Amino acid sequence: MLSASDWSSIWLTFKLASLTTLILLLIGTPLAWHLAHTRRWWKAPLSAVVALPIVLPPTVLGFYLLITLGPKGPIGQLTHSLGLGTLPFTFSGLLVASVFYSLPFVVQPIQNAFEALDMRLLEASRTLRAKPMDTFFSVVVPLARPGFLTACILGFAHTVGEFGVVLMIGGNIPDKTRVVSVQIYDHVESMEYAQAHWLAGGMVVFSFIVLLLMYTLNRGIRMSKI
Amino acid sequence: MKLFKQTLLAVAIACSTASAWADEVQVAVASNFTKPLEAIAEKFKAASGHDLKISAGATGKLYAQIENGAPFEVFISADSKTPKKLVEAKMAEADSQFTYAFGKLALWSSTEGYVDDKGEVLTKGDFKHLAIANPKTAPYGEAAMGIFGKLGITDTITPKLVTGENITQTYDFVSTGNAELGFVALSQVQKEGKLKSGSAWVVPQDMYTPLSQDAVLLSSAKDSASAKALLEFLKGEEAQTVISSYGYGLPEKTATKEK
Repeated sequence: MLSASDWSSIWLTFKLASLTTLILLLIGTPLAWHLAHTRRWWKAPLSAVVALPIVLPPTVLGFYLLITLGPKGPIGQLTHSLGLGTLPFTFSGLLVASVFYSLPFVVQPIQNAFEALDMRLLEASRTLRAKPMDTFFSVVVPLARPGFLTACILGFAHTVGEFGVVLMIGGNIPDKTRVVSVQIYDHVESMEYAQAHWLAGGMVVFSFIVLLLMYTLNRGIRMSKI
Repeated sequence: MKLFKQTLLAVAIACSTASAWADEVQVAVASNFTKPLEAIAEKFKAASGHDLKISAGATGKLYAQIENGAPFEVFISADSKTPKKLVEAKMAEADSQFTYAFGKLALWSSTEGYVDDKGEVLTKGDFKHLAIANPKTAPYGEAAMGIFGKLGITDTITPKLVTGENITQTYDFVSTGNAELGFVALSQVQKEGKLKSGSAWVVPQDMYTPLSQDAVLLSSAKDSASAKALLEFLKGEEAQTVISSYGYGLPEKTATKEK
C-alpha cells in the first residue's frame, strides 16, 4: 500500500495547499474587492493578469519562475541580497509558485460574490455608524460566503492538482518539494504501477469528494455566478 | 569504406518499394541524444530523402509509451537495458539491436572555473544544490549515484540533490544557475570537441559502468525500409563522426557484414 515516502508526499501536499489557500485569502480578498469596485483604466489589464494562470500552460509559468527566481533572475538576486537564498528547490519556492498558479481560482469567485452584493446594505451599515472593517466582517463576508467557500475549495484543490510547475522548479526533493502529483509521476516512470494506483486512485476520490462538498454546500445558498 | 557503405545504402533504398522514397521515420530518442540526432537527420535526409520525426523524452517514459502503443518505428535509447526489455516483450526486433554510442558523464557548472578538472569540488561540498537526472529512470542519474558511492560521499551529498526528470531538465537546472553544478551528459555541454560554456570535469571512464546506448527497430515497423535504412545509417561512418563530435564514445568497429 502506501509507503513512508507516499505519506510524506501527502502531508507535504496538504501543507502546501493549506498555506497557499490561506495566503491567497489574505491577498485575494482585497484584490477581489478592488477589482469588483474600481472603475479605473487598469481594471481590465489587472483582471487579465490575474486570469493568466488559467490560460498559460504550467510549463510556461514554471519556466519563467525558474528563470526569474534563479540566481541570475531579478527576483532571485533580490531574495539573495536579502539573505533568503534563492527560491527554486525549496518549499517556499513552491509556495510562491502555487500562489501565482492558483490566484484566479481564489480571486474570481470572491470578486463575483462582491460584485453581486447589494450596495444599499453597505450604505445602511454605514448610516448605522459601523466602521469599514465592521461592515466588511458583519455584512460583506456573510453575504459573500458562497464565494469564499468556492474560493477556498478551488484554491486548495487546484494546488493539490499542481504538477507542471512543481516539476519544473521543485527538483523532486523528498519531504521538501516532492508532492503527491510528482510522486505519482515517479511511480509511473519507474513502472511501479501498483503504488501509482493507490495514490492516483486516492486523488480521484479526494477530488470528487471536495467538489461534491462544494456543490452540496453551495446548493440552497443563493449562488452568485462563478 | 565510406563509399562502400553509401553504395550499400543507396542499393538498399533503390531496392525498396517506391513508396519508401521520401518516407517519414518516427523516432523515439532519449533526451541526451536529441542534438546529435538532429544533426544526423539532416545528413540522413540528404543521403536517403527520408525525414525523421523526432520525439525526445526520458528513456523510461518512452518505454512506457511504446509499451502502450505509441507509433514509433525506431527507438534510440540511453541504455541497453530498455531496448532489451522491449525485445523480450516482443515489441522490438532482437537482431536489430546494436550499440550506437557510449554516453560520457560530465560534472558541469555554468560558472567558469567552478568545477576543477579532477572533480574535487564534489568532496569540498561548497554548494547548495547538485542536479542529477532521476536515478530511478535515467541511466545518467544512476551512473551519478554510482560515483557518489565510489567517492564515499552519498550521505553528505544526498540532502543537496535535486533531480530532473530527465537529463535535459537536469541541464536546465544547471544552465539557469539554480543548481551550482550537476551531472549531465558530456554531449549536452560539448560541441565539436570543445566545452560550450562554464566549467566541467569529464568523469574518467573507469568510475562508472559504460553507458552503452542502444538503438532498436520496433516490431511495428519491421517491414519499414526507411526505418531500417536509418539504423544502417546510424552505424555508418558519417553518423559516427557526428556522434563522436558530440562527446560520445564510439563502439568498437566490428567487421562489416558482407551481404
